[in-house]
Amino acid sequence: MLQSTVHADMIELTYRDAVREAIREALRRDKRVFLMGEDVGRYGGCYAVSKGLLAEFGPERIRDTPLSESGFTGAGIGAAMAGMRPIVELMTVNFSLLALDQILNTAATVRHMSGNQFGVPLVIRMATGAGRQLAAQHSHSLEGWYAHIPGVKVLAPATLEDARGMLWTALQDPDPVLIFENVMLYNMTGRIAVNSGPINIDKAAIRRAGRDISLITYGGSLWKTLEAATALAAENIEAEVIDLRSLRPLDDATIITSVSKTRRAVIIDEGWRSGSLAAEVSTRLVEQAFWELDAPIGRVCSEEVPIPYPRHLENAAIPQASKIIAAAKAALGRA
Amino acid sequence: MSSNLDKPRLSRTHAFDLLKQMIRIRRFEDKCAELYTQEKIRGFLHLYDGEEAVAVGVIPVLEKRDRIVATYREHGHALVRGVPMTTVLAEMYGKQEGCSRGRGGSMHLFDRATNFYGGNAIVGGGLPLAVGLGLADHMREEDIVTACFFGDGAVAEGEFHESLNLAALWGLPILFVCENNLYAMGTALAISESETDIQRKAACYRIASEAVDGMDVVAVEAAARRGVRSVRETGKPYFLECHTYRLRAHSMFDAQLYRDKAEIETWRHKEPIVRFRQWVEVNHMIHPEELERIDAEVAAEIAEAVIFAEAGTWEPIEHLTRFTYAEQAA
Repeated sequence: MLQSTVHADMIELTYRDAVREAIREALRRDKRVFLMGEDVGRYGGCYAVSKGLLAEFGPERIRDTPLSESGFTGAGIGAAMAGMRPIVELMTVNFSLLALDQILNTAATVRHMSGNQFGVPLVIRMATGAGRQLAAQHSHSLEGWYAHIPGVKVLAPATLEDARGMLWTALQDPDPVLIFENVMLYNMTGRIAVNSGPINIDKAAIRRAGRDISLITYGGSLWKTLEAATALAAENIEAEVIDLRSLRPLDDATIITSVSKTRRAVIIDEGWRSGSLAAEVSTRLVEQAFWELDAPIGRVCSEEVPIPYPRHLENAAIPQASKIIAAAKAALGRA
Repeated sequence: MSSNLDKPRLSRTHAFDLLKQMIRIRRFEDKCAELYTQEKIRGFLHLYDGEEAVAVGVIPVLEKRDRIVATYREHGHALVRGVPMTTVLAEMYGKQEGCSRGRGGSMHLFDRATNFYGGNAIVGGGLPLAVGLGLADHMREEDIVTACFFGDGAVAEGEFHESLNLAALWGLPILFVCENNLYAMGTALAISESETDIQRKAACYRIASEAVDGMDVVAVEAAARRGVRSVRETGKPYFLECHTYRLRAHSMFDAQLYRDKAEIETWRHKEPIVRFRQWVEVNHMIHPEELERIDAEVAAEIAEAVIFAEAGTWEPIEHLTRFTYAEQAA
């Protein structure tokens, strides 16, 4: 897979723009691709991701759906089995629960259950995460749940390059791929190469190199973790920040290599702590790098409550840089 | 509405075929029940006895390029569609020579060669899938019909309503076939539905619909011809409700506490095979020796299937995780 080259011309855009450009490119390159979901067409997408695409590609390929998550997700599965390459948008992760039957019982099972006769080359995108005061039915982070399911792949693009590049690669995958876009990232602005394109979806990335501790995270928490790493650097603690990028499969090699070097790890995950993706990463470290560790593994996860509406409570419920700093210092015995 | 186009051409050959297919399913299911008691087949086993006229009436009307989505009570559909009885039975044995490599069992027969998109064991779960198959064909402007079978139980599921709405809204080439056997497992239709006239629900979504005596294979075939022709001509869905009855228990674990023996006996008098057989005999459309020939051919096919399944092999445990995801081409 191509990585974006640093020599190309750069453009400024938002994460939302990057996702839109990825969808536009896919629609242009492959006539089997279409986008389907609630308010993706005339409204322009709940988070304005698909704004303008209806005018460019028409209502057959930018397909507004009724509020029938199970129905149109299943329709995406069937269309994929019949040779199309649908992108299903599920507005938010909480609504995806209405389509969980189709995702788990059909998309994830068909290849194995049919003895490899049928596959489901489907991409499902959805928004995830808290931070917009949307309360307890629009703010959860359930990507870790989905990462529990064999038969699907789970991606969490945290950077503009990944938002731009993961979709096409996911569409080439012969199996269902779920892409989780953290709601706090849509307005994030930055510069990427004009010719940014498809990018690998199976490797974790070191977003900041460091020797003292590994901070392992993904999605919206990446930026809080980098902020924490900068603050730690002011205190002579050099943190290595790993962006998992793919939550299923997990790139064990990158995690183990990093922790074998730093000998300390804190995992930052916006999912609830119990039974979380952070728990999975932690267990893999214990299984594969136990003798390399100099300190207990730390976790910064969401508090075990439904995400509340008021700003101060919402902030207290999810990982923040201050908690990450404290957890890192604790792992280093400098609390 | 009805025209000569839709009338089954009841030649002697055709009558023979219809009767043979129904008997073939019935005897196969009898053998399955026997093999289940011998513990050759395990898990859940849902038999189709009494409902044969639906699959036999509908499926031969479809073309090879058409697609089928079925339920967990789908042995008959697979057999009529042309999935070999050998691989169907091997699947139920769990052998890797089975039509789904032995991974699915009785409830998950799949066959790519005949566009058989599976037995689905989530009630209502196959309907959105059928919508997607139809959507793909609609977008590519292909002349393909997807036939989606489901029971009366599925009608209570949200996926039923979502799917009918989507199919009608988007004008998708789907033949919905409701096999209304009056019971969702052990719960009677009247206990689960405020409106028990199921085809009226389709009409609410502006889908052309009709109900037919699902114990009469000739009537089912005529209705299926109308339905398939309508879907091909309009590109829009058609809804066919077949009134039928399951003569055996829901599965092998069902004591049938929820229905009277008298009710079952009443339906036995309407059962499709005896009824059609009597009709063809009275009308001299079949010779006694042809009936004997059906018995002999079906018995031989079943015997061959049992030999095939018995001789089948177990998938090596090292293959357990294969095909959870696609494998790279070698």
